[in-house]
Amino acid sequence: METVVFLISAAVILSGALGVIFSKNPVHSALFMVQTLFGVAVLFVLLEATFLAAIQVIVYAGAIVILFVFVITLLGVDRAEDLKVEPISGQRPLAVVLGASIFGIILTVLIVAVGGPTGGQAANTPIGDATDNTRILGEALFSTQVFSVELTALLLTVAVVGAVVLSTRPTKPLISTLDEQQNDTLDDELEEKGGE
Amino acid sequence: MIIASDPLLSSDIGFSVVAVMLLKVVLAFALLMVSVMLVIWFERKIVADMHNRVGPSLAGPWGILQTLADGIKLFFKEDLLPERADRVVFRLAPYLSLVPAFLSFAIVPIGGDFTNGGDGTVSIFGHRTLLQVADPPVGILLFLALSSIAVYGVMLAGWSSGSKYPLLGSVRASAQMISYEAALGLSMATVFLSSGTLSTSGIVSGQATWNWNLVATGVIPFVIFVIAGTAELNRPPFDLVEAEQELVGGFHTEYSSIRFALFFLAEFMNMITMSAIAVTLFLGGPNGPILIKQIAWVWPILWFFLKVMAFLFTFVWLRATLPRLRYDQLMDLGWKLLIPASLGWFLLIASLNIGEDRGWSTFLVVPIGLVVLSLAALLLNGAIKKAKDSSLNAADLSEISEGMDQ
Repeated sequence: METVVFLISAAVILSGALGVIFSKNPVHSALFMVQTLFGVAVLFVLLEATFLAAIQVIVYAGAIVILFVFVITLLGVDRAEDLKVEPISGQRPLAVVLGASIFGIILTVLIVAVGGPTGGQAANTPIGDATDNTRILGEALFSTQVFSVELTALLLTVAVVGAVVLSTRPTKPLISTLDEQQNDTLDDELEEKGGE
Repeated sequence: MIIASDPLLSSDIGFSVVAVMLLKVVLAFALLMVSVMLVIWFERKIVADMHNRVGPSLAGPWGILQTLADGIKLFFKEDLLPERADRVVFRLAPYLSLVPAFLSFAIVPIGGDFTNGGDGTVSIFGHRTLLQVADPPVGILLFLALSSIAVYGVMLAGWSSGSKYPLLGSVRASAQMISYEAALGLSMATVFLSSGTLSTSGIVSGQATWNWNLVATGVIPFVIFVIAGTAELNRPPFDLVEAEQELVGGFHTEYSSIRFALFFLAEFMNMITMSAIAVTLFLGGPNGPILIKQIAWVWPILWFFLKVMAFLFTFVWLRATLPRLRYDQLMDLGWKLLIPASLGWFLLIASLNIGEDRGWSTFLVVPIGLVVLSLAALLLNGAIKKAKDSSLNAADLSEISEGMDQ
């Protein structure tokens, strides 16, 4: 039963991943990516990580890829592209070599590592009651992993602040085209306006 | 593999268990279809009454079969495919909005006695089972996941039509649904805090003795949930997505025949499901007094339907009463009011829970929490005002400098 589910979802994941690369239209690529994410969510359910499965769909399919589609359609880059053109020459063979070597490294780790790459216990047995993995995950995040959680939160906050700073226009031109005197008169005019 | 806490699936799964499961699925499907039919009629009739019109009155008694007639008419109409449409996605989109609408109803418990220590199960052909199709441990998160998939239906329908009004409609729709999903999720999170579980049957059984989450979470999350839910459904006053005066029909302008009917169906199904979820989360689901002991199983179902009907009427009432919001008002309400308010309330309820755990005095925790919250609200308000002022100033400045250049 589990093998059958695994095989089906693996086929879904891989065909989705290939679809992302080979579709000519960016929107189709994004949709194939959703397919891949769904396959991964099914794998999570198979591993009894139901909370992760739900979050996978809510966050990745429901927020991130939606944002991709949103930007693609809004910026008008949703036209089919000619895949024969290589933007950087020699990109394709290099990509094949890189992909093959990463695959080789992962395979080596999987075969060589003692007790599995994530530790035997985590790979083979659940860390607790499977129906309650929301609670277990929450406890782990806010006790043993609390610093990494807080650091990630800080990083995200920095990113948000950065995005806000980048998107606001400076109130005064960065390289002043007016000389100081004119600027001052401008400020005075503004103040008078505010006073009225 | 544990995907459900339904007692039906804990025993050996034989032929009869599969049969009971199939019966539940078919029943839920039929129930949803019939209620969609009736709700469309209900909405048209109520709105007509509020407008001083007669409304549908010819097909069947009181026009009750009008929806059926409309459905059959749509089924026989010509199915158009715009020349510039993206064929595959155009055909896929209606199903992407219909299927989540169906699936999310599966987690709603529509009956079963939870009072006096009852576990909400009923007996069907000698099998104890919950009156809901599925009871996954992540329960309500499944609803959030499916409603985020439903955004794809609207988004892709607009994009694949290859025409500008649908595209504008779908861009509005996705922006609106993504913004209000955050407020919706945060107001739900308060319920999870007070009931301590994500499973729908768990949430309902936690409210068995009249201690509804409506009161336990302090009303505010409920209000936020209803507002955000209305926006999530794209119903008036949040129906900018299909504002007829601006966008023809919005994202489904290019759809005709049965594909249009699928969108229509999905919209009303979502309305029913949203009402059912609101009842489950805040109003105790099927819980209520059991008046006649001989037919005890009828009462929970009856209470559930009455509560859902109240919500459906409210949605129709809002549609007939309120004018549509402007786009900037919509975004202001979502981001500057609902999300901060739900987050603040969530923190307050969380600190109350911790206070109870540690044995702190509630009389101290509540005032301190409220003071901190109002300080945060003042800060946020100040920041918003400052940002508005400075953007106005910048506009003035650029106007003046443009004038000087000339």
